[in-house]
Amino acid sequence: MNTAWALAWMQALAAAIEEQTDYLTQLDSAIGDADHGANMRRGFGAVLTALNGFSAETAGDLLMKVGGTLISSVGGASGPLYGSAFRAIGKALREPSPSAEQLRGALADGLAAIQRLGAAVPGDKTMVDAYAPALAAFEEALKQGETAVAAAARAADAAEEGARATASLQARKGRASYLGPRSVGHQDPGATSTALMFRALAKATAAS
Amino acid sequence: MKKFLNSAETVMADALLGLAAAHPELQVDLQQKIITRAGGPRRGKVGLVSGGGSGHEPLHGGFVGTGMLDAAVPGEVFTSPVPDQIVAATTAVNGGSGVVYIVKNYTGDVMNFQIAAELAGDADIKVETVLVNDDVAVKDSTWTAGRRGTGATVFVEKIAGALAERGAGLAEVAEVGRKVNASSRSFAVALTACTTPAAGKPGFELPAEEMEVGVGIHGEPGRRREKMCSAKDIVATAMEAILSDLPFAAGDSTIVMVNGLGGTPLIELYVLFGEVAATLRSKGIVIARNLVGNYITSLDMAGASITVCKADSQLIELWDAPVNTPGLRWGV
Repeated sequence: MNTAWALAWMQALAAAIEEQTDYLTQLDSAIGDADHGANMRRGFGAVLTALNGFSAETAGDLLMKVGGTLISSVGGASGPLYGSAFRAIGKALREPSPSAEQLRGALADGLAAIQRLGAAVPGDKTMVDAYAPALAAFEEALKQGETAVAAAARAADAAEEGARATASLQARKGRASYLGPRSVGHQDPGATSTALMFRALAKATAAS
Repeated sequence: MKKFLNSAETVMADALLGLAAAHPELQVDLQQKIITRAGGPRRGKVGLVSGGGSGHEPLHGGFVGTGMLDAAVPGEVFTSPVPDQIVAATTAVNGGSGVVYIVKNYTGDVMNFQIAAELAGDADIKVETVLVNDDVAVKDSTWTAGRRGTGATVFVEKIAGALAERGAGLAEVAEVGRKVNASSRSFAVALTACTTPAAGKPGFELPAEEMEVGVGIHGEPGRRREKMCSAKDIVATAMEAILSDLPFAAGDSTIVMVNGLGGTPLIELYVLFGEVAATLRSKGIVIARNLVGNYITSLDMAGASITVCKADSQLIELWDAPVNTPGLRWGV
């Protein structure tokens, strides 16, 4: 989990966002304001630009830079939420080569940052509904003695499942909450991009 | 999608370029994406900064000028501005007496202005935030993100702007802004969805014979969908929701706005205003001042919002104070 790993994670995530831009926007047009895909693409475009030639000492430094760039370029709720999450993750990964346990702690800090800012809990139909099960799956895998690679893969599966499960929930946070019961039946765009984040994490971890 | 665009990506930058060309009395920073009054901050005057997603013009850039805002921070279409932008505006307008943020209650706006306020605080600029949440279509409960900020934003910017112009202090300006918000209620109905340049198609499908009742100022659908009916019946629904909420009472003096959401011609807004006036008259509520037109829009959405503010003599006097902005101008 060194700098190259963090860079690979962000590149995989940026590629996934690019590929899924229209899908994220389509999900957002059902229950939000149809800009999630465009916002995330703008943000990760800025991230790739910022990382180009950026020399980070550690994965943490690189992810802090990512977080700051997202806050400065995305806007909406996803800018502060993703930005704060990556800043928190980065802050916790300042060792040259962090352990799986340190990655677990960093991911937990990321979730805490999202919840501190957005005050969402599981079941509110937000990013948290993908992030929390992903973190739990990661923790469970480590407890069972799995490697970071296996744990990250399980986390990605859990995030995707969590994102899909938001379809049956009624939104209680963000713009979708204004729809009340009419938000039911639509998958949450934020939870969906969070699942992309964990799938990218799994890919980068497997490749490192 | 048929729109006057160079590209969906550059719509914001291109619009700012046009605004700058049309209004030399404004200073438009294309790099930072902030709109300020030309001439820089006035020493000792409390600065007023408002902003939010673009697509609601003339809100907010059109309300920058004497007697109203000192700066506006437009985000991308329907997306809140980022903290860097807000901090740049804050620094640009701070005359040493602090800055008031006028923020509509949308999750993204609240978060970005909150981060900006913390950063401004680190730079020793005092910031007070006035949160606008006047939309009665949304139940304010732990089950939602709270009421949306809509039409009352125009009233808050005008009235707080007038008080700041007179040299009032930070706390006092923020307080009058909160008073206006607390005294105002809004309700909107959409006849069509709007199309964001990025999405390229309407935010929601609305059958020809139906309307969205309690719609927000973005592409988001409203609270419920109903069969289209007469202007009289639509106003009856909206006014029942508005008047019962504060509640307003016979003898109250009010400022009333019938606002177009971008795709509705003035003739229809006057039809609505006639009904609003008749409703208020029948209840003994006085319309002291009014606005009819497009002030807080939603791109090309056909629809209208009604905002009623219970206004005492202080609020009416500040409302009447001179204002000179692209979107509102009188007394100058």
